[in-house]
Amino acid sequence: MLLFGRRLPKSVVNFCCVGAVALTFVWTLLAVWQFTHSGLPYYTHNLFTWLGSDGGKMLYTLHGGGTAEFVVKAGVLLDPLSCVWLLFVTGVGTLIHIYSTGYMAHEGGYYRFFGYLNLFMFSMLTLILANNYLMMFVGWEGVGLCSYLLIGFYFHKHSASTAANKAFITNRIGDAGVILGSLTIFWLFGTFDFVRVTELARAQSATLMGTGIITAATLLLFVGACGKSAQIPLYVWLPDAMEGPTPVSALIHAATMVTAGVYMVARSNALFVLAPETMKVVAVIGALTAIFAASIGLVQNDIKRVLAYSTVSQLGYMFLALGVGAFTAGVFHVFTHAFFKALLFLGSGSVIHAMGGQQDMRFMGNLRKKIPTTYLTMLIGTLAIAGIPGLAGFFSKDEILWQAWSAHNGEFRILWYVAFATALMTSFYMFRLIFLTFFGSSRMSHEVEHHVHESPKSMTVPLVVLAFCAIFAGYLGVSPSLARFVGLHGDTNRFEHFLAPVFENPSENAAVAEPSAATEGNGEEGSPSEYILMALSIAAAGAGWWSARRAYAVSGAEVREPINEVAPPLYRTMLNKYYVDELYDKLFTGRTKIGPVRLGAIGAGEALWKVDSGFIDGGVNEVGWLTRALGSVSSWWDKWIVDGICVNGPAVVVRLLSYPARLVQAGLLQWYALVMVFGVAGLLWYYVLR
Amino acid sequence: MLEIGTLHYVLVGAILFLIGMVGVITRRNVVIIFMSIELMLSAINLNLLAFSRLYGLHGQVFALFIAADAAAEAAVGLGILIAFFRNRTTVNMDEVDLLKW
Repeated sequence: MLLFGRRLPKSVVNFCCVGAVALTFVWTLLAVWQFTHSGLPYYTHNLFTWLGSDGGKMLYTLHGGGTAEFVVKAGVLLDPLSCVWLLFVTGVGTLIHIYSTGYMAHEGGYYRFFGYLNLFMFSMLTLILANNYLMMFVGWEGVGLCSYLLIGFYFHKHSASTAANKAFITNRIGDAGVILGSLTIFWLFGTFDFVRVTELARAQSATLMGTGIITAATLLLFVGACGKSAQIPLYVWLPDAMEGPTPVSALIHAATMVTAGVYMVARSNALFVLAPETMKVVAVIGALTAIFAASIGLVQNDIKRVLAYSTVSQLGYMFLALGVGAFTAGVFHVFTHAFFKALLFLGSGSVIHAMGGQQDMRFMGNLRKKIPTTYLTMLIGTLAIAGIPGLAGFFSKDEILWQAWSAHNGEFRILWYVAFATALMTSFYMFRLIFLTFFGSSRMSHEVEHHVHESPKSMTVPLVVLAFCAIFAGYLGVSPSLARFVGLHGDTNRFEHFLAPVFENPSENAAVAEPSAATEGNGEEGSPSEYILMALSIAAAGAGWWSARRAYAVSGAEVREPINEVAPPLYRTMLNKYYVDELYDKLFTGRTKIGPVRLGAIGAGEALWKVDSGFIDGGVNEVGWLTRALGSVSSWWDKWIVDGICVNGPAVVVRLLSYPARLVQAGLLQWYALVMVFGVAGLLWYYVLR
Repeated sequence: MLEIGTLHYVLVGAILFLIGMVGVITRRNVVIIFMSIELMLSAINLNLLAFSRLYGLHGQVFALFIAADAAAEAAVGLGILIAFFRNRTTVNMDEVDLLKW
């Protein structure tokens, strides 16, 4: 499609690209249906030997002292975890493809866009369906590449191309972590295969618990997850990634690719539970990212940037959940988040489309009458993410909050406060977005106002479908205590039940034990604190709504920022994203100098250059000089001793001896004749006259 | 009157041989040297003929062979001489020292 697309008419591009993804979705549905009815714990199939040989020629010594052959088989693995990812990736992917046909209709490079998008879908499915770490890494790099290509889609814009570079380079740091982590896992277990690694890790859990090597492996993997899923300190690329077209932001940078990190951690859950230190790091990083990004999101004016920081923040939630050991809750949040964040992004895309490219919320306002479908669907998305009861976000976020409170007997309770504050902020900035965009008085310029129109059907239909999902996706995983609260009984948390085979851990985690006890029907009531926390989070959502409404619902020609009025320095700091980009710029790009020492990559390069030129090159030159000196000695020896005495010496002697002999040989024939005559005369004299 | 015996023949032969030998050694012109060689061959022939009076006909036969050989040698020698003259424009033996080392 990338090669030939330029010549093809749009209808063909649409048919091939969107059709392919839609077909994938149908196949996925069939595959998941077949899988759930097969009753297998997982389905795996090796396609071919990818790296290494079956002969076992490449033997490596493992951590434990044994040996293993380096063989990687390319294959697929379908288990509940990959099913979940498959469903929302292909489902949301299909919707976004349909949406893109409308959104990109007037853009250049239509075929290129869809080519990249399809390549992304392929890479993402490789990532999800891989049955070993190396295959997953192929998909992991593939989505990184597509992310780069799509962020830089408007490559003629300088900011877009630098943002693409930033994303790619930041991801490289994480990718290095993934490679090292995978290799450490191979070193430890002698295989890359997910199923084998999980089995071995569970079998050896007693001996491996908390050892250094498993902590190292999981930490390295988590570095990779930080890069891909935009966690502190590698989150900086995601907000800039909004330079790409909005459907890309929705698909890659909100719904699917950025959750790859969560996927990897969840996939490696058997390892992570063996490394409590890593789990703590994951949880703390997650919580910090959540509140950090949310606080930046409070004051951003670009509609997509608000959503970007919201994504970072929600990803932080997911890692918080994983970190406290509530893998199901984390994955569930990924699942619901995919729907409502894709919905919000597509909605914002629709707003931008209506505004003719304007992304700054300060120049919007009062759009709800003009683009009602977009308004309604975005409102649903906002309600979902803010955690209003009855919508998807409430169920998953509440689950995470409860797990943060209760896991490990409250060891992580401090993180609950962080997460709770984040929930408050989330609600605030999302309603700020809604009020600034759709309410208040119009701050548009006159011609833009004239231009505003509702998006075409190809864009609104996916919005409606996603809104529907954003409402109802949460009901797949209603926590038992909540179900009992509204008078339901039985196994209401289908999601957790579905994922149970992936996460069955021999851990004494209270968080895991609690729901299973409830599903067994012990009749134990959900603890009152859970209800209190639930009420609190609803109150937080409400408080966010209320305060945002007060601040922004009735705005005049100028937007008044309450934070700016209360504490201007704080506002400026938050508006400038805590100056993290500037700090990184100073620290890592080498523009600053402290005395003669330059900081950052260039500084490191300079230091290395100095070492190289001074130390290594000096050594090299030293050796060169020595060789040269030795060479001249041996050359002298060769010239004067070997050639002079041994070779030329005998020659000179022979030459000297030859001079008298030469005198005899005059070359004159008559001289020879005379000699002969005297010789004959001599002989005669000797024989005859003796 | 002294009877001419074998001794006389042999003496004449020896004198002729010495004259030829001195000519070969001392003369510069190659043609003269050839003539001197012929003289030496003739001296030997004379010896052979003289002795054939005492010991039978073998000497005479041998003399015939030597006469033929002398003719052949003169032909080859003159051929060499002409070729040499074309190369060096001289037939003086003391200017011919090519056999030096």
